[in-house]
Amino acid sequence: MKPEILSVHDLTKIYRGATEVRAVDGVSFSIAEGEVLGLVGESGSGKSTTGRLVLRLEDPTGGTIQFDGKPIHDVSQSAMKPIRRQMQVVFQDPYAALNPRMTVGDFVGEPLLIHSVCRRGSELRDRVAELFRQVNLDPAMMKRYPHEFSGGQRQRINIARALGLRPRLIVADEPITALDVSIQAQIVNLFKELQEELGLAYLFIAHDLSMVRFLCHRVAVMLKGRIVEIAPTEALFEDPRHPYTQSLLSAIPIPDPKLERARSRINFDRDAHRFAPDDRLVEVAPGHFVMGQP
Amino acid sequence: MAPILEVRNLTVAFDTPAGVVHAVNDVSYSIEEGETLGIVGESGSGKSVHVLAMSGLIPRPPGRIVRGEVLFQDEDLLKMSPARLRDIRGSEIGFVFQDPMTSLNPVLTVERQLVEALTRHEGLGARAARARAVELLEMVRIPDAAKRIKNYPHQFSGGMRQRVMIAIGIACRPKLLIADEATTALDVTVQAQILDLMKDLKRETGMTLVWITHDMGVVAGLSDTVQVMYAGRILERGPVDAVFASPRNAYTWGLLQSLPTAERRAAGKLHQIPGSPPDLMNPPPGDPFAPRNTFATDRCRTEVPPLRPAPGSTPDHLVAAWYDLPALLAGGTR
Repeated sequence: MKPEILSVHDLTKIYRGATEVRAVDGVSFSIAEGEVLGLVGESGSGKSTTGRLVLRLEDPTGGTIQFDGKPIHDVSQSAMKPIRRQMQVVFQDPYAALNPRMTVGDFVGEPLLIHSVCRRGSELRDRVAELFRQVNLDPAMMKRYPHEFSGGQRQRINIARALGLRPRLIVADEPITALDVSIQAQIVNLFKELQEELGLAYLFIAHDLSMVRFLCHRVAVMLKGRIVEIAPTEALFEDPRHPYTQSLLSAIPIPDPKLERARSRINFDRDAHRFAPDDRLVEVAPGHFVMGQP
Repeated sequence: MAPILEVRNLTVAFDTPAGVVHAVNDVSYSIEEGETLGIVGESGSGKSVHVLAMSGLIPRPPGRIVRGEVLFQDEDLLKMSPARLRDIRGSEIGFVFQDPMTSLNPVLTVERQLVEALTRHEGLGARAARARAVELLEMVRIPDAAKRIKNYPHQFSGGMRQRVMIAIGIACRPKLLIADEATTALDVTVQAQILDLMKDLKRETGMTLVWITHDMGVVAGLSDTVQVMYAGRILERGPVDAVFASPRNAYTWGLLQSLPTAERRAAGKLHQIPGSPPDLMNPPPGDPFAPRNTFATDRCRTEVPPLRPAPGSTPDHLVAAWYDLPALLAGGTR
């Protein structure tokens, strides 16, 4: 077993306003070096908030986050700076993330200057060109501006920027959702290639379960701020135990007319569901945990 | 059976400061009464723009209908007076769009919006319209409909709002319902419920349905006929079983191949379509998919292929391609 790069314990985020919203409610998981953990769930499940807490874009209400064995849940933003080098992010919207007034080469090179990894000039240019090649973009395009690129190319640019500081973990929040269907496979393949070549770990947040099944080693399913099931990918898809996971899997459209017409759905009333006070993750098979009574 | 809708040579362009965008190019097809047509495509495919154009819902200018006819029950929608078209849109053709927040009026209760449609198009009195409105919400399985109908759109969840949209879409018992990415923004479990609801509604009312989406899985479960669009053209069209079992256009094939099945998971790599969708200001001269098609021939790069029966398939399976895809795949060349 490889050492853990990220370990989250009892992570909680409560928004207090007119009503109290427990967006993330006692979430625990870990990611080993070079491991891809898929975090799935529907809108409002808390999966994106979990990603933002791990990145320290928001402060947790409770719980601990350890990166490479060191606690990061309560360190200052300046103390986070060296950790950010090792933990990068790719967001959903490849349009919003780019700076329209910066050439894409400068955009990819910017973190290298901020963290004083490269000196301006040929050293920086060479490294940016290398990053462009790594994401299958022609380095000749470095001088261009974001509007000259398609959605898929823009997501490649974002990935190149994320790779620049040689991170060990990338948090990817719905990175293919906004892309055209004919482009999604390109970007998923790129994520997979990079992961294998560079030994990266990903926290891959997504709602497209078939892509998650393709890319991830393990999958955690979130419902109402909690992980209700976490398991090795094939175990989760072949033998889902929690009724919500079963419902979710039965809802994925299958691109085969005969199979899709014949299947029946498993219904689960999300709104009516209440967790019992002593509900916890119980190991039902090696590495396969399901929320329930101990 | 007679076609309820017949689109002939529909061509739509947008005049922009940067140039002319060729959004819909010579699109022809027809829909039989009671049929479900699934239209698949990605952004820029013309799948949404062509139905908006035929329904008089694109701004003109910059939009422009270059040519074509759209016969709805033998009447050309493109030649109709705006008043007549508005009337048909509310009553005989219903619409459901992706974002209910932009189509619903935020300051009116759901009841007001439904009752208005029912009194205007169905000629119902206020009391009858209110009763029918509650019935409609029950039909789309909104719990506690009699109470919820007094709510404003923002008081519903995304899935429930989309159901309200469908209720408005079917309020006047349209013969044809056009849904454009109606479940795209919804969670998969909610999408599954809406798709099941559509199947039930079709059984109950016999309406004709056009379902526009980018999701091959959704099309597979819902449609009788699938129509694949790209760069404002139809590249393939046919019975859903025939098209999925033996796609004849390289784009359809590529889309189906790129989906992660068990086999491809084992291979560790997804089939990917190279490149990006074309710039519709400068579309490629021949087959619009040719620049991304590893099977493309010289003829594909220069001459637009007509949509015609796919050799060896059912007669209503049509493809626009100069190459013979099954033969190329059997030959093992890529």
